[in-house]
Amino acid sequence: MVFKVDFSKWWDIPTTDKQIGLESYDSINLISWGDFAINVTIFNSWLVIALIVLFSILVTRNLKYEKDVSKCQIMLETLVLWLQKEAKDTSSAKNNQYLGMALGLFCFIMVANLLTFIPWFRPPTASLSTTMALATVVFFAIPYFAIKNAGVKGYLKKFIEPMPLMLPLNIFSEIFSVLAMGLRLFGNMLSGVMFAMILSAFIPFVAPLLMQSLGLLTGSIQAYIFALLAVVYSSSVKEYDEQSEII
Amino acid sequence: MDSYAIIGAVSVLGACICMGIGSLGSALGEGQTAAAAMQAMAQQPDEASRIRSTMFVCLAMLETTALYALLIAFLALYANPFWNYAISQN
Repeated sequence: MVFKVDFSKWWDIPTTDKQIGLESYDSINLISWGDFAINVTIFNSWLVIALIVLFSILVTRNLKYEKDVSKCQIMLETLVLWLQKEAKDTSSAKNNQYLGMALGLFCFIMVANLLTFIPWFRPPTASLSTTMALATVVFFAIPYFAIKNAGVKGYLKKFIEPMPLMLPLNIFSEIFSVLAMGLRLFGNMLSGVMFAMILSAFIPFVAPLLMQSLGLLTGSIQAYIFALLAVVYSSSVKEYDEQSEII
Repeated sequence: MDSYAIIGAVSVLGACICMGIGSLGSALGEGQTAAAAMQAMAQQPDEASRIRSTMFVCLAMLETTALYALLIAFLALYANPFWNYAISQN
């Protein structure tokens, strides 16, 4: 059991001849101790989480009301209020029960995607393990919110909704809709990263800049879509008296 | 032609065809969705924000089919299982 710390790989700017491919992100170990290893994906996820938490703690330490409000506080308030409105509109729920999940997913994916403008930062969302972990959160959030809102009977009733013959199809769609969320985020981020890498081999300095600015737009849209789809799927089972809305 | 050349050529060709055909339907569908959403926004400017958010969700869903094609193309190019098989045979 040898304890080894090697951060030199973190600074490596990915090039086309090596470190490209589906597994490359998870195979670079920064800290290894026997079988236990911390790779770039995990380390960068922790970095993103630490950034969000530190920023939130620093901003919310001295909150002001009506006057001398800092810019960061206005930013966070705008973010929370906007997402609250979006989640309420999409789920047509009366309370803010989806806000926590949507805000957590949105902040993590948004910060991870926006940090791609640092050249040697490998976004954790471009690894299949991270996006599948996020999709697993949504997968367990769906029955949680459904049972909370409509009870166990209401949740199970969803699977035989048009008729009992549709039971296998409903189960498949339940699994694959969540699987598609993870794959979508992964595919979008990976295509952006790899496209920038391949272009930088042909036309360095000019073409990757344009592609990365496009990647910032794609990344923020993907963060919004992931949070919104999580709310849409979680609110698919509603209370009995409410008329369901198809989106 | 040895097995390396055949596997390499077929992988690249397959990835290109997969991307081309796979993105075609998704692009057509996304174009129709955007056109319909813009028409709806022009007719009802008050509902523009709701239409926009719904449009983004629909676009993301349509894009998934192209992304599946992309993943298969990546799989054929960078994580081809037959490539390792050919190496182990020789």
